[in-house]
Amino acid sequence: MKKSVFLGALTIAGLAAGAVAAGTLDDVKARGKLNCGVSTGLVGFAAPDANGEWTGFDVTVCRAVAAAVLNDASAVEFVPTTGKTRFTALASGEVDMLARNTTWTFSRDVDLKFEFVGVNYYDGQGFMVPKDLGVSSAKELDGATVCIQTGTTTELNLADFFRSNNISYEPVPIETNAEAQQQYLAGACDVYTTDASGLAATRATFESPGDHVLLPEIISKEPLGPLVRHGDNEWGDVVRWTLNAMITAEELGVTSANMGELAAGTNNPEINRLLGTEGTLGEMLGLDAEWAQRVLAVGGNYGEIFEKNIGESTPIGLARGLNAQWTDGGLLYSPPFR
Amino acid sequence: MSDVSFVRTEMLAEQAPPATSVGVVGWLRANLFSSWLNTILTIISLGFIWYILAGLIPWVFQSVWNANSLTECREIMAATWGKTHGHACWAVINERWLQLLYGFYPPYPITPEVNVGDSTGFLPAYLRPNLAMVLFLVAVAPVLYSDIVPRQLLIVTAAYPFLLPWLMWGGTIWAPIMVAAGLGIGYLGYRFLSPVIGALGGVILAILLPVIWWMFLSGAVAGAIDSVIPIGIAEVESRKFGGLMLAVLLGIVAIGVSLPIGIVLALGRQSDLLIVKGLCVGFIEFIRGVPLITLLFVASTLLNIFMPPGTNFDIILRVMIMMTLFAAAYMAEVIRGGLAALPKGQYEGADSLGLNYWQAQRLIIMPQALKISIPGIVSTFIGIFKDTTLVSIIGLLDPIGLSQGIRSNAAWNGIYWELFAFIALVFFVCCFSMSRYSMYLERKLRTDHR
Repeated sequence: MKKSVFLGALTIAGLAAGAVAAGTLDDVKARGKLNCGVSTGLVGFAAPDANGEWTGFDVTVCRAVAAAVLNDASAVEFVPTTGKTRFTALASGEVDMLARNTTWTFSRDVDLKFEFVGVNYYDGQGFMVPKDLGVSSAKELDGATVCIQTGTTTELNLADFFRSNNISYEPVPIETNAEAQQQYLAGACDVYTTDASGLAATRATFESPGDHVLLPEIISKEPLGPLVRHGDNEWGDVVRWTLNAMITAEELGVTSANMGELAAGTNNPEINRLLGTEGTLGEMLGLDAEWAQRVLAVGGNYGEIFEKNIGESTPIGLARGLNAQWTDGGLLYSPPFR
Repeated sequence: MSDVSFVRTEMLAEQAPPATSVGVVGWLRANLFSSWLNTILTIISLGFIWYILAGLIPWVFQSVWNANSLTECREIMAATWGKTHGHACWAVINERWLQLLYGFYPPYPITPEVNVGDSTGFLPAYLRPNLAMVLFLVAVAPVLYSDIVPRQLLIVTAAYPFLLPWLMWGGTIWAPIMVAAGLGIGYLGYRFLSPVIGALGGVILAILLPVIWWMFLSGAVAGAIDSVIPIGIAEVESRKFGGLMLAVLLGIVAIGVSLPIGIVLALGRQSDLLIVKGLCVGFIEFIRGVPLITLLFVASTLLNIFMPPGTNFDIILRVMIMMTLFAAAYMAEVIRGGLAALPKGQYEGADSLGLNYWQAQRLIIMPQALKISIPGIVSTFIGIFKDTTLVSIIGLLDPIGLSQGIRSNAAWNGIYWELFAFIALVFFVCCFSMSRYSMYLERKLRTDHR
């Protein structure tokens, strides 16, 4: 019984230690650490390395926010969340923000009371089939067995797609991506469907990636982005403009390499406002003038982060596609820094 | 008519049995080829075993131990054996075994000065979790092997519940000491106040005083003493816990705490006191009627919603409480089975000796009931230890959770069986030892003459 009593005492101590939350920004500053919800592991987006250091595309967003607010990109407590626990973790205040490839949908935004601050990756659901199957379009998949991760929006999208095209399929429910790879390679299903970025990452791990093709159809819109709780707009602004700073920096040609030079002052007023040598944007945000410089010092601008984590030089090898700047025909479009 | 009667007058010398019924051949004939049916079954089984081993042994032993990624593994396999199938890539274990064992626990948090990642200290890596494990073995030795190990070691056993959290989470040493002091306060209160205000009042005070102490005073007193005599080690957050260490920690706490609670619940369920019985039955049936996963989700998500925002109620502590309650309910039923198996004469015999309820339980009923329940108790232990892997579902990085994290590195994406094989091996060693110990214990405690 001794142990249980002790645990009870610890419980009460823990309860007593809790304090009523003020603004999240002040909380984070007071705590000196940002609690950031990430995935328990998704290739290219969030993964712990051999030393327990988290790296990846989503992780960089967390680090950038920490750099902006706390002046320390390593002052982040990464909280691994699963698809089932992520929203409660955010709603209950266990994490300050979620950067966990979460699709921005109406119900999550409105009903679950979250605020998606932007989109850091435009994804869409695709199909992968073995080349031998001789299929060139998803509409030819009548009667196919499909490996699908349960409990995700992909499951619903798949049902919608097959119903609207009047064809049938047989689902093979799968829990994790790793399991899906095994099932697909073992021939338990003809088709594997998930987000196109996930398919590309999965195909890259195959011994002979050339034997498998991604079908051209993208059957859903999956805008993935960081999110915060409803009702704390100051904090939402910080996260939103941290993301926008990375996107704008790429548009303006500010990179981690030339930032020091540009920070001395340029003829481009928007660059000056971004880097804090002109105007008082940082002050309006509740931060100092150099906040965006620190954001960019973490991993560079959006394009650099993309290339480093998931771009064509990595094993995942994703093309920019929809995630190119609007000036290059993509969807990335940050509101101006003014 | 000839008289050819013959009577042997001397004994024949003993002869060796025929070669076909002794030695290897004899054993084979008796056990494997005793009839046509058995011969066929033996041949089929041998074929099956050969089929499994022919695939498994090359996979395990013709393997790659040194590589930096799955791709590199495959290149080495292709260069060495010409094909990449049927060979394990143990390089991932080679690179990540420390992570699989300890999670993200910092290797060098010995003193506040010598902290994370600093290997310049003279102390070995992972000293604290290792020491906690060694002390655990020392603490359980006098309980498990009471006839070999000196009883003085029971001091370690008594101190261990307070040492374990301190070693694992760190902080000032005064906090666990003050928590232990609460028990002393309860005892003193009972000892000196019960003559004054009566036995019932004494018992109530013995419970109330420590609770008041823990809730309002112990933290402040520990802080005050610490500011005068600071003795402490670096704190480690729960988020850093992971790997097998987390599974063992959850297992030790759930197993260690659930046994006493289970005994109390089992006795309560057999009690004649209506309220006590009702509470125990309600608790046991409720917990047993709910899957462990549900309790874990309650711990990880539902409690979060109930508590005020910003409350910092440690996730590992929450999970520990839930697993302990779960194990205790099952333990109670196992022990109730032992109690039910005892003949009524044992209870009556205890009564006729004039023993009161607790004496009878301690001296006569429990030793027999627990002995009968050993296989069931150990099964529950093994079950709860394996159930600790379920915490990966709520985002804790136990070995299964970590394996997903490892796979999500671009270098190791696509690796599958090697990680599971390693985890399975480690769990097998733990569970098999528990199982063997229970068999030893049954033999040692066997008092019937068979």
